[in-house]
Amino acid sequence: MISLDTIIFAVSALVAVFGAVMMIGQRNPVASVLYFIVSLVAQAVLYIQLGALFLGAILIIVYAGAIMVLFLFVIMLLNLRGQEDLGGRGPSIGRFSKYLLVTLLVIELAMVVKSSVLPNADVTGISSMVASDFGSVAGVAELLFGKYLYPFELASVLLLAAIVGAVVMAGREKAGDTSAATKPESTSSGSSIGGAGD
Amino acid sequence: MVTIPAFLILAVVIFGIGAVGVLISRNIIVLFMCVELMLNAANLALIAFSRALNIMDGHAFVFLVLAVAAAEAAVGLAILITIFRNRETINIDRFDMLKW
Repeated sequence: MISLDTIIFAVSALVAVFGAVMMIGQRNPVASVLYFIVSLVAQAVLYIQLGALFLGAILIIVYAGAIMVLFLFVIMLLNLRGQEDLGGRGPSIGRFSKYLLVTLLVIELAMVVKSSVLPNADVTGISSMVASDFGSVAGVAELLFGKYLYPFELASVLLLAAIVGAVVMAGREKAGDTSAATKPESTSSGSSIGGAGD
Repeated sequence: MVTIPAFLILAVVIFGIGAVGVLISRNIIVLFMCVELMLNAANLALIAFSRALNIMDGHAFVFLVLAVAAAEAAVGLAILITIFRNRETINIDRFDMLKW
């Protein structure tokens, strides 16, 4: 008899793979983002099935809610509608070698998984939970603020550097247009006002 | 009954789809999303290992990987906007300024 957990896993896995495949094939980048969100929601279900309740919620809130919205913002900022000329499909021998190499990689990784010595027991379902706080907010917080405190603090430095880098790169005016680099609102120095008047 | 190898095989398949997307995609935005997809596949494998070994350290790793993915998306999209201002295209084949 097929258990409910098996059905949930099969459906989620199919939806995750389907969303990922459709994401690549879309011409319109907005449709790509939406298919990716479909795949992410299915992956969040798999996280929860593996006991990672907090991370499943985080995946939907942070990934689907924040990072994918950032992608949508950029697509709308650049006004992309999927009608851009992306050129031909390239030589067929190049395409074939790409598929071949990735297929070989996937087969190799699958063989590694098959030959590993992982426990082959049923891992889904509430009855197989090990500890009551496995995957909970308290459990993850205990690790992040205890054993992995320094990596956690370094992640904040990384995010700060990413914010500063993004603002510096995307906020700059067009290269070569030097007079526009000194905006009128930067009135800290007198020369910038004169430069903007040119 | 669902076992850990089933989740790992799924992670491998999703990683493979992401790798194919990175290699064949001409649209740089789709290419970025394929990189995110590969990170997600690694996250799924980490959570599966964490569940298999009954230790939660993998969850902390996944949390940090999510932070790295967010930083990568922010910086990558900023670079994309800067290049788009100069080149007026999202075709990855036209981004050949560093090629001689």
